Amino acid sequence: MAQTMVSVQSLRKHYTVHTRPPGLRAALGSLFRRVPTVVKAVDGISFDIARGERVGFLGPNGAGKTTTLKVLAGLLHPSSGEVRVDGHVPQRREDAFLKKITLVMGQKQQLLWDLPPSETFALNRAIYEVPEPEFRRTVAELTELLELGDLVNKPTRTLSLGERMKCELAASLIHRPQVLFLDEPTIGLDVSMQVVIRDFIKAYNERTGATLILTSHYMDDVAALCPRVVVIDKGVLSYDGALDELARRIRPEKRLVLRLETPADRATLDAIGRVVSMDAAGVTLQVPQDGVNAAVSRALATLPVHDLTVENAPLEEVMSELFAQSRAARGEVEDAA
Amino acid sequence: MSLRSTVRALPTLFRVGFAEMVAYRAEMLVWVLATTMPLIMLALWSAVAHDAPVGRFDQADFVAYFLACFIVRQLTGAWLAWQLSFEVRTGTLAMRLLRPLHPMVSYAVENLAAIPLRMVVAFPVAVIALLLTGASRLPHDPVVWVVFLVSLAGGWLITFLANAAIGTLALWTGSSVKLMDVWLALYMVFSGYLIPVELFPPALRGAIEVLPFRYQIGFPVELLTRGVHRGEALRLLLAQWAWVGLFLLAVRAIWRRGLERFAAYGG
Repeated sequence: MAQTMVSVQSLRKHYTVHTRPPGLRAALGSLFRRVPTVVKAVDGISFDIARGERVGFLGPNGAGKTTTLKVLAGLLHPSSGEVRVDGHVPQRREDAFLKKITLVMGQKQQLLWDLPPSETFALNRAIYEVPEPEFRRTVAELTELLELGDLVNKPTRTLSLGERMKCELAASLIHRPQVLFLDEPTIGLDVSMQVVIRDFIKAYNERTGATLILTSHYMDDVAALCPRVVVIDKGVLSYDGALDELARRIRPEKRLVLRLETPADRATLDAIGRVVSMDAAGVTLQVPQDGVNAAVSRALATLPVHDLTVENAPLEEVMSELFAQSRAARGEVEDAA
Repeated sequence: MSLRSTVRALPTLFRVGFAEMVAYRAEMLVWVLATTMPLIMLALWSAVAHDAPVGRFDQADFVAYFLACFIVRQLTGAWLAWQLSFEVRTGTLAMRLLRPLHPMVSYAVENLAAIPLRMVVAFPVAVIALLLTGASRLPHDPVVWVVFLVSLAGGWLITFLANAAIGTLALWTGSSVKLMDVWLALYMVFSGYLIPVELFPPALRGAIEVLPFRYQIGFPVELLTRGVHRGEALRLLLAQWAWVGLFLLAVRAIWRRGLERFAAYGG
């Protein structure tokens, strides 16, 4: 069995926050009486991650993904439960632990704003005690893989968001960490830059064998990078397993995506499968998994097909369905739609 | 990070810290200009001493005292309380906590890296002070000079550690900037920054000697301008470093407890 890199047992992280309704009266009232509310950001989750694995944390906003990631990186102290990363207790923040990990947050940066990224690289070299020849080799490698070129010598504030994220990734990898925690690394980036970052992360994992834990709201990131997903909703783990299996379990139906030479009438389409969408560009039909062959034959026989592909349901739909199911199981009112 | 590793990293940390300060040079100049209060007090007290000396202070004494005050202030300044309070509130402290270097070391280097730039301002003021008041007030005992240099380090450490302690309280309160304002008000009155400690009534002077504020700025200034004897200089130095030790223990305790409450907001 593969060696365990991350072990999380019954992790809980509860916060007490003080709430008050809007308005002057409530503001004055809160001076004398504050109403404490316990927020269960993470409420008893357990999982193990093997060395070298790529795992995606999925869940809606406020689900507890980032909290879990911050506990794993040693930033937050758990309320209860046991967490180990390569044998270390993260919140102790031992040097040996900090030298093994990196946390990249799409909405926070470590690059020095008014200096070129090369200065942050030099700073990290000194802090992580990276020998000079290894540092030069790593920077050269990262510069090539991320196509940094001359970017590293321009003040950070002059770089575009995508350029900054590439340099941010490079700065985070100067010490060649064995565990990468990536929190929304592609947030706000255009599609081509998302692909660049995604490809780089995958290549880094394959080349170094580093363990990778990713949160992202872009399902394409997760689909491209993570064979395994851990789904967290309202602080509770609702799925842990292969991404393909999740899609099969939640939405077993397949989609036929058709491009037609001429528009088809609705009755013909209904006879093949359930119409999911229909416009000038084409038609998407949903059919049972065991009825795909029959549906394809029928479509080819009865429709002016220019192009046909068979796909799984989009991951966004799968996730939405999963959250709805787990909330229904917990007896909550369906509000995800 | 071990002490040895930290020391090895220091040259790079200082170099980058200095580069950052150079990038913020305009802001730094504004900060320096905002600390010209001793020069205003100089004008005020000189006017008061125009006809007759105040205590032992004649006009030249006030000039020497407040110019020395301006110089010592430049060399012992720190702004960590505001920085830490901001980083706790926005969660950016997280980026420091991820590195194998104690955040207090990185803050200290950033604050110290500003000193060379401030010396650019302080040095001409020192020359002007010497031209205006002569060298007769300066200590003649080399031991007092050594005590003065150590007292500068002590003054900076008390200022930095007081900032650190108050800034860390933001982990409980969300922001501790107002508390720092209270500290600053007490500092202004009791440190010798606005009024030389010697001019306070004797009863109050006894209390001031026990408080930490005088050791931040008044004590080094007095060493330069009052002709303090070796014995008294060493006694006051001991008191100053006792405060350094106390603040160090306080910051250590508050920091450890506070980190358990860190919420790493944002992101």
